[in-house]
Amino acid sequence: MIAINSRNSRMWSLLGPSGTFGSTMVELAKENEKIVVIAGDMVKTAGLERFGKTFPNKLINVGIAEQNMVGMAAAFANENFIPFAVSFANFSVLRACEPVRHFLGYMKRNVKLIGVGAGFATGMFGPTHYGTQDMSVIRAIPGITILSPADCTELVKALEAAANLNGSVYVRLTGVMNNPIVYKENYAFEIGKAITLRQGTAITIIATGALVYNALKASDILETQGISVTVIDMHTIKPLDTTTIDRELGSSKLIVSVEEHGKIGGLGGAIAEHMSSVKHNAVLLKLGIEDKFQDAGEYRFMLEQNKLLPEQLAHSIGQKYRAII
Amino acid sequence: MIEIENINNAIARCQTAANRMRINTLKLSYMASSNGAHAGSSLSIVEILAVVYCGVMYAKTDQQNWAARDRFILSKGHGTIAQYAALEAAKIITEDQLFTFNQNGGLLGPTSKFNPDWGIEFANGSLGMGLSYAVGLALASIKSATPYHVYALLGDGECNEGSVWEAAMSAQHFKLTNLTAIIDLNSMQSDGASSDVLDIQLTEMWKGYGWEVITVSDGHDVSQLYSALNSPKGNGPRVIVAHTVKGKGVSFMENNKEWHHKQLTKEMFDAAMQEIIGKEPLL
Repeated sequence: MIAINSRNSRMWSLLGPSGTFGSTMVELAKENEKIVVIAGDMVKTAGLERFGKTFPNKLINVGIAEQNMVGMAAAFANENFIPFAVSFANFSVLRACEPVRHFLGYMKRNVKLIGVGAGFATGMFGPTHYGTQDMSVIRAIPGITILSPADCTELVKALEAAANLNGSVYVRLTGVMNNPIVYKENYAFEIGKAITLRQGTAITIIATGALVYNALKASDILETQGISVTVIDMHTIKPLDTTTIDRELGSSKLIVSVEEHGKIGGLGGAIAEHMSSVKHNAVLLKLGIEDKFQDAGEYRFMLEQNKLLPEQLAHSIGQKYRAII
Repeated sequence: MIEIENINNAIARCQTAANRMRINTLKLSYMASSNGAHAGSSLSIVEILAVVYCGVMYAKTDQQNWAARDRFILSKGHGTIAQYAALEAAKIITEDQLFTFNQNGGLLGPTSKFNPDWGIEFANGSLGMGLSYAVGLALASIKSATPYHVYALLGDGECNEGSVWEAAMSAQHFKLTNLTAIIDLNSMQSDGASSDVLDIQLTEMWKGYGWEVITVSDGHDVSQLYSALNSPKGNGPRVIVAHTVKGKGVSFMENNKEWHHKQLTKEMFDAAMQEIIGKEPLL
């Protein structure tokens, strides 16, 4: 078990998601000899240099060849290894889409697929590198668990849970270095069980990834306006925690999804699909990345362009709330 | 002297298996009825599979789950009926199981379902993905210090897929001496002659990717295949480029692109059987 405490949380936050991923893999591999990392020319980018030095025999670099990375990882899983296959979210999922469907989905091989730089984390690299459709694509493939941790501490928890789960998992890494901290202390993390970070009465914000922090900040602003807000960290996108959503549908008038992902088919899409099949009196507001390719910009700029900063979220949510009550 | 005798026995065993497999491949094609079957693509690999399963691969019914068994990956998804026939010839599945082919929701479909219990180590159908899996299996053998050999059979048309070459690059990089790819060079694909569809120099390409290339001039000659597959190991991955004939053994199917995928009627089936065994068999 990796120690979860405020000191480690601060360290992981400074490292950012990639650095946290690399250092966590060292700890996980110390605990479980079956773990190997299969990287698509991502050793430096995914913070795996120390892993390579500690476990030179367990780090397999396959070069810039994501389809092959996924096929090889599936074979390692077949031989009872626990392979973590690593590339940028857009390449792990979209470039290797059919191998992912074939090996992780159809053949049910126990691969842990890692999407580094999901959302806008790659900044000025632009749309070729943005991981903004990864969740929608993987969600449509049967049998793959999707984890989208809120901060670096939850990433550690998610990686640990993924390693222990007998089944294919996709973990998307959102945020950049100095990732804001949501979890300072140890807490219970269970795949498929959302975490209620703040309990309110009028509005429910269901957020995922690095934007959970922005959702919390937005809820602070809304509280000052006298609007009572529930904030939920939906760290598992599939299977979706519909029990928690149903509980909120019983009390909230407005459900808000917040994600660093296209508005189609991600968290908001998953919630919409569920809400359309149950009885309720709530409205859904989907906040995420606009359905268009956007010119490149730095991380914060891109969030701002898509109205995903705390003040912008609070504004959109407040406006919608006032419109429906 | 004993060794030569054993080799002769092994070759005879492979030939017997191939003969049985060709008949069963046609029976399965006929069973596919109006769904049609990849008869031509399957008939071109009968001898290759006979030698892999019955001549070189360490696979017996009671050892299917044994970690050190050799692995066979049929990457060309259009050869499944020949693979099912090979599994039966190698006594990995029974004749009754073989003839469950083509049932709605059944285990033996026109493309294969991942089913290690029946000796099917890979789900095929979508081309170009088997070699990556074979490369991973071969590297996992080294990493886990569990010695086994991995065989992967690819079609020449399948080598149009770029993912094949991603896998080819990595196999030479990892110096996988425990990996053998076999190319079913029947020189045809769905739209006709491969030279017309996409004219590539396969032998030179594999050499260029750092593989040892062994050419088998007649991929239906079990002794040629047997000696190629049993030749001493080199320093890296090996590919056997076997020249074959699509639809081999049935005159109206040979080198006829219509037989890439087509329905085999009763009249055609009887005519094909006539050519192969000289009489109409009872199905």
